[in-house]
Amino acid sequence: MPASLLAVTTETYSTPVLDWHALAPLVILMVTLGLAIIVDSISARRTSTVLPNLAGLGMLAALIPVLTLAISDDRSRELFGGSFVVDRFSLLMSALFLVAGYVTVLLSTNYIAEGDYHEGEYYFLLVASVAGMVFMASARDLISIFVALELLSIPAYLLASWRKRTQTGIEGGMKYYLMGVFASAIMLYGMSLIFGGTGHTRLVDVGEALHGSFGSEPIAVIGIVLTLVGFAFKVSAVPFHNWAPDTYEGAPTPITAFLSVASKAAGFVALIQLIFVGFLGRDDVVRPMMFILAALTMFVGNVIALRQTNVVRLFAYSSVAQAGFILAPLAVVAADDPAVLSGIVESMTLYLVAYALMNLGAFAVIIAVSRRTGTGEMDSWGGLFSWAPALAVTMAIFLFSLGGIPPMLGWNAKFRLFDAVVSAGTASAYTMAVIMAINTVISMAYYLTLVRRMFVDDAPDGDHTPIKVPVPLVAAMAITATVVVVAGVIPGPLSDLAQSATLAIAG
Amino acid sequence: MLLNQFLVLAAVLFCIGVYGVIARKNGVLVLMSVELILNAVNINLVAFSAMTDSISGQVFALFVIAVAAAEVGVGLAIVLAIFRTHKTVDLDQVDLMKG
Repeated sequence: MPASLLAVTTETYSTPVLDWHALAPLVILMVTLGLAIIVDSISARRTSTVLPNLAGLGMLAALIPVLTLAISDDRSRELFGGSFVVDRFSLLMSALFLVAGYVTVLLSTNYIAEGDYHEGEYYFLLVASVAGMVFMASARDLISIFVALELLSIPAYLLASWRKRTQTGIEGGMKYYLMGVFASAIMLYGMSLIFGGTGHTRLVDVGEALHGSFGSEPIAVIGIVLTLVGFAFKVSAVPFHNWAPDTYEGAPTPITAFLSVASKAAGFVALIQLIFVGFLGRDDVVRPMMFILAALTMFVGNVIALRQTNVVRLFAYSSVAQAGFILAPLAVVAADDPAVLSGIVESMTLYLVAYALMNLGAFAVIIAVSRRTGTGEMDSWGGLFSWAPALAVTMAIFLFSLGGIPPMLGWNAKFRLFDAVVSAGTASAYTMAVIMAINTVISMAYYLTLVRRMFVDDAPDGDHTPIKVPVPLVAAMAITATVVVVAGVIPGPLSDLAQSATLAIAG
Repeated sequence: MLLNQFLVLAAVLFCIGVYGVIARKNGVLVLMSVELILNAVNINLVAFSAMTDSISGQVFALFVIAVAAAEVGVGLAIVLAIFRTHKTVDLDQVDLMKG
């Protein structure tokens, strides 16, 4: 055996050719990270506006190479022997992560400066986590998926436990951490089995091996299931969801928004890449697993959300239920039907974009309202329309969009999900569509309860003094609400974008 | 065959680790159980790598070791902060919000 190992090392080494254009978004984020450390250590005042601006500008600057890559002719660029692929799918998802990161910076600016928080480390970790997500969008190798997952998770564990002097804050962070490392350890065991069976870590090679003789071995099933479980945790699918409500409640609210949107989207990106590039050879394993996960996630998330009295917890369970909706198309994955496959990827990317915008916007309103009420209890939302009409209308837009009422963006996105599921045409696909329809109705119940509170109920203490919303929060709401409404009325451009976001599966 | 013995050892370690995570109530012991699972992964990866003559398994194992160190650093920091606020690392008592 030692001889065989030596034989490996005698292969000639060739320097990899780096496509700096394809790497530019990550390079810019890394430079921003370095600058953030330097600026933090040399600035005398702990509360300055330099760091949030630096972090925000860094993410916007990283969007520029994403855009130039999108308009360049190369539809897919491969680096490092195919373990890092920049294609249309990864570009759209990178843009989503960068915009979500930027909106999170906007949400954080006042929240972090006014609370007793460490600013420098906060923005450093936020940018690091976004860098992990952008990396995840291009990772097409078991090793790079693992590294990307940890790069986005480890800063997120720290950010989730940022309120370390309160008991609930650190408790939520610890639950997130323990469930997270446990899930990633399970995922690694699954990956090690897949590597053992196929002898490859590149997803394309794994996919080919699964189509071959390894595909019929029982160990392939164990490997696939354990690997997918790791990401089921990341997207807070039931039964791996019980960290979510506590973590969301304990974390600083901007981080709650970030976790429920960006971190969840990163989990879905990894799931899409693993299933569509790697595991299509065993779609008979993926289908029932995703069916059960999606159905359970929708029902449990929605039913528990019905009896929440805290707005942040309500959105925690709502985001669990929304994850079920996004998982639903994966329950009809069929390797032999390319039309169904492209429909699934398209509808999931569209819904991820829509969900990110409407959830971030809703959290912007929650942060703005709790600046005055100081609590997340739903009673404090009574009569919001009478003292903050603009906030109430904006929130209603996001709630209608989350529930799927036309003409908001959420309606179009949800319609595409149904379309992708039904187009598979099997009995389980129709069952899944019925489950989704039932759950859409249940979710409307609690979204509309909040709307009723804002517009019909009276203010709890008769206090009608208007509210002052800081500029960054207004900007965050304006960006998200505009896209949710405009893209809902004119669905064409965003749908075309999602349609063009194809995975480079071949090669 | 030699490979089987490595795989059995890894599987046993994995099971002990999973049992530890589920059954143990002490935060530090849960962390150690996760480490056991990661070691099972490393044994698997290196054994498979030697069997298939593919170097990527060993590279993967190196990444796992490095990342696990970073993870545990964060984990110990969180456990320390928990001890400061709750005066205990017993996970049953660190449950104010109850899911």
